Amino acid sequence: MSASPASPGARQTVALALFGLALVAAPFVVDRYILSIILLCLIGAYLGQAWNILMGFCGLLSLGHALYLGLGAYGAAALYVKFGIGPWLGVFVAMALAVAASFVIGWLGFRFRIEGVYFSLLTIAFAESARIGFDNWAWLGGAAGFFLPVRAEDFGQYWNLRGGPFFFYYLALALAAGGLFVSARLRASKLGHAWLAIREDAQAARALGVNVTRARFMALFVSAAMTAVGGVYLAFWGNNIFPGQIFDMAHSIDIMLGPIVGGVGTLFGPIVGSFLLVPLGEALIEALRALGLNAPGAKALVYGFLLMGIIAAAPSGVWPWLARRLRLQDREQ
Amino acid sequence: MSHKNLTFHRRAVLAGAGALIASPAIVRAQEKKLKIGVLLPRSGFFAQAGQSCHRGALASVKVLADLGYNVELMHIDTESNADVARTQAEKAINEGAHCLVGAFESGHTLAIAQVCEQRQTPLVINVAAAPNITQQGYQYLVRNFPTGGMLVTNGLKLVTELTRSAGVDIKTAAFLHANDTFGTSMRTAVDAIFPKLDMPFKLVESIAYDPKAQDLSVEVTKLRSINPDLLMIVTRAGDAIKLTRDMVRQKFEPKAIISPGSPGLYDEEFFKAVGPYANYFIYNLPWANPKSAMTQALEASFKQTSPDNRFALDCFNAGFTFEALLVAADAFKRAGADDGPTLMKAIKASSIKDHVMTGGPIAFNDKGDNLNITSASVENIALTPTVVYPAEAATAKPVLPMPSWQGRK
Amino acid sequence: MSLPLFVEVLIQGMLTGLVYGLMALGLSVIFGVVRVVNFAHGEFAVLAMYAAFVLFGLFHLDPIIASIPIAAAFFVIGYLLQRAVVQPFVTRPQHEQFILLVGLSIVIVNALLLIFGPESRHVDLPYSFDSFSIGSILIDEVRVYGALAALAVTAVLFAFFRFTSTGVAIRAAADNLVGAAVVGLDVKRLYAISFGVGLACVGAAGAIMMALTDMTPMLAPSLTLLAFTIVIVGGLGSMVGALAGGLLIGVAEAAASALASPSMKSMVSFGLLIVVLALRPQGLFGKAEA
Repeated sequence: MSASPASPGARQTVALALFGLALVAAPFVVDRYILSIILLCLIGAYLGQAWNILMGFCGLLSLGHALYLGLGAYGAAALYVKFGIGPWLGVFVAMALAVAASFVIGWLGFRFRIEGVYFSLLTIAFAESARIGFDNWAWLGGAAGFFLPVRAEDFGQYWNLRGGPFFFYYLALALAAGGLFVSARLRASKLGHAWLAIREDAQAARALGVNVTRARFMALFVSAAMTAVGGVYLAFWGNNIFPGQIFDMAHSIDIMLGPIVGGVGTLFGPIVGSFLLVPLGEALIEALRALGLNAPGAKALVYGFLLMGIIAAAPSGVWPWLARRLRLQDREQ
Repeated sequence: MSHKNLTFHRRAVLAGAGALIASPAIVRAQEKKLKIGVLLPRSGFFAQAGQSCHRGALASVKVLADLGYNVELMHIDTESNADVARTQAEKAINEGAHCLVGAFESGHTLAIAQVCEQRQTPLVINVAAAPNITQQGYQYLVRNFPTGGMLVTNGLKLVTELTRSAGVDIKTAAFLHANDTFGTSMRTAVDAIFPKLDMPFKLVESIAYDPKAQDLSVEVTKLRSINPDLLMIVTRAGDAIKLTRDMVRQKFEPKAIISPGSPGLYDEEFFKAVGPYANYFIYNLPWANPKSAMTQALEASFKQTSPDNRFALDCFNAGFTFEALLVAADAFKRAGADDGPTLMKAIKASSIKDHVMTGGPIAFNDKGDNLNITSASVENIALTPTVVYPAEAATAKPVLPMPSWQGRK
Repeated sequence: MSLPLFVEVLIQGMLTGLVYGLMALGLSVIFGVVRVVNFAHGEFAVLAMYAAFVLFGLFHLDPIIASIPIAAAFFVIGYLLQRAVVQPFVTRPQHEQFILLVGLSIVIVNALLLIFGPESRHVDLPYSFDSFSIGSILIDEVRVYGALAALAVTAVLFAFFRFTSTGVAIRAAADNLVGAAVVGLDVKRLYAISFGVGLACVGAAGAIMMALTDMTPMLAPSLTLLAFTIVIVGGLGSMVGALAGGLLIGVAEAAASALASPSMKSMVSFGLLIVVLALRPQGLFGKAEA
């Protein structure tokens, strides 16, 4: 490797700081359309971080993260609308609900040896059950949806997550930054090392004295709780929740596409993946419109091919490749 | 697709219409053009309905131009995805849309409503029935579409009047609905309104079915065990086909099948799939009034822009999409300005006497709902939706009780 | 609900369950041998339905008969797909396989949407609206023919795995991959054949389903989910399990719809799945070891 002015670690810090600054400055620079896309990128990055802790660090493939998202959204929103309890408190209830659900899944999934596929399919089953359950739960509106009031007089009650687009933008930025921070700290911790050991070889980790089941539960809890916080955000940002949308399997897939494309198990993979895929979707809309091709479905078709292409060409994700290219890191991370 | 020549077509039409109709005063008001972003789910889960609305938007261009309105439409696909609806709404406003129209599905509509509220851009809802949309407190939206409650109230009243006028004796009824956003809103409304209306028959049972079900055979078996005189249904297109097929197979023949207000029974795919079995279904919905001159104009334009589709089948979605555009265009003309607050004020003050759908003048209450929309009873006769009640809009007499499935082929 | 009507519901559920069982069987064969979960399974079922729809339009071919050529064509597709696309992913982590197949499923659904549009499609058979009556019990004719066809395809499949040398070799490879390679079996070829056989199952099942119901591209994901549920209940990798799982799910959903609300019927499947996983994690017919 050629001599670079600074070590990869320092370059990485500088790059991250610049990226962070750009995001902080974005609302004053770009127009609202671009800002709304960056906001989606940030939410995607945050949820990707949450999913990545489970899959990337601990090797457990969850295909039903929409479950925690929906439980968080409904939990906090119901408390706010039905009992007047604000999300600053509701967010803890939301996390508790998600952790409880994840405990049941973990309890069913971790008890036997055939872990991989069964665990994954179990997560789908739970998310779908939740969708149908909430579809039929009249107290929370059922399939007709659950709505939060949008009152002008509430505006500015930031502790109740009542604010304008800038507020929600910076909140998303804070979530994404917080997600990165939590991921980084956990990864460097003893627990994080246990997770990585389990991911590489659960048997060997067990032989080394790692309490595999406990470590897996911890990963599941952290991931579920973080995702539930994202759900609270979505509920108070969008002001409406529909079981068919929030618990949808497509939502679960959306959550995981970013980190997989960006690089599973890496710290920055979820961020890179989200900032790649969301704009890619928008760019495809633009490109097809410019071509005058008015064919609904064409965008998704191209998107599907691109997904297959990316995973075939860069199976470990875009970030490791990008990082080597930009000399932001000198080893596989 | 069908409107590749739109730009050319529209310009030609506008030039022609301008020359024909414009008086000097109107020309001055028209120096500015109203740009309307039309957001519809033209792909994804709601694609079929979204495309039906889209055909309405295409047909509207010529009619609006002929009426002397100067509008330009931006056609935008929400991909049946609330996030896309939101970003595309932002983009449309960036690109100069003065007003948005959409978006068929309640969740998408609310995502757009939020953007419109923040950017002080009016949103005229074409189709979306969830009652909460106008009760959340948004200032920059109006809805020219009945709420679930209005649909059900009008729909149930028509059920009584229609069966009485046809002399059919109904004692018991069952209600079958899809367990989706729309179906559940309707169920809630039926549960609330039915006891208040003093209906002449009893509602024996309500059955909710999974909108993703592959068949409805058990549901029909359940209905057979109840054996009601009247079956009330709220479906979507694909479900109506499954339902019909299972009813025919199981020889379930109530005296009447009437929807108190739902899609699914007037789609081309329904007629194609079940053929003559599609006949004699009745649905009580706001409908394009066949006796209105504007409806006839819209139909004529529709024939040119979508020659492969039947207006009679699209007229519900197309009619409401046209009226949403009409509301925006009319407000623009009255206000003479295209900034959001002024335009919104003018929209809220709408009072449009001549329009397409059944009901009184288009006008909005302080929440933004149009309470003047009424329903008509529409029956499939000879594979064509036909208004059969009330008399002032009817073009045929109702066929009741429903003839047997046997001998239809 | 009266007893005859309830019996009728159960029979109908059983008949439909057999067809779903055949579809799930494809998933099970692929997983049992190749160890790849076909996340595009429902999409292939829908693709087969459109194939049946097109064949009906062109040659007026009954979808139940069309299941034979469609199964053959899907075998070829599966064989080539495994060789060209999936094979490099066989040794890769599960999530990479997942993305590959999710990408494929997005491609299939939207290609169908582009070509056929969003309207639901159907075929108009002379017996579409007919039913057999036994006393007061009514059974749909199409369902009976569909279930018989599904059973026939399954019987052929069982014969293939029992009596042909390729079938026996595939079973050997599924049981012991290293051993199979040691004794000189061409594992890649066996994988490709297995993927082909799996798709042939879903192809046949899809064609049969076209006779039973109508289809839009957007319903594919729920079919994928249904196939997953069936194979987990029956036991991933077990052929008998897939069929039994199909029957069980079909009957359970029908019974639940009859006794409780039909909108909750998928909950019953998932409930069944959770109970099975809690009591017998490897599924009803699965083998205990990994």
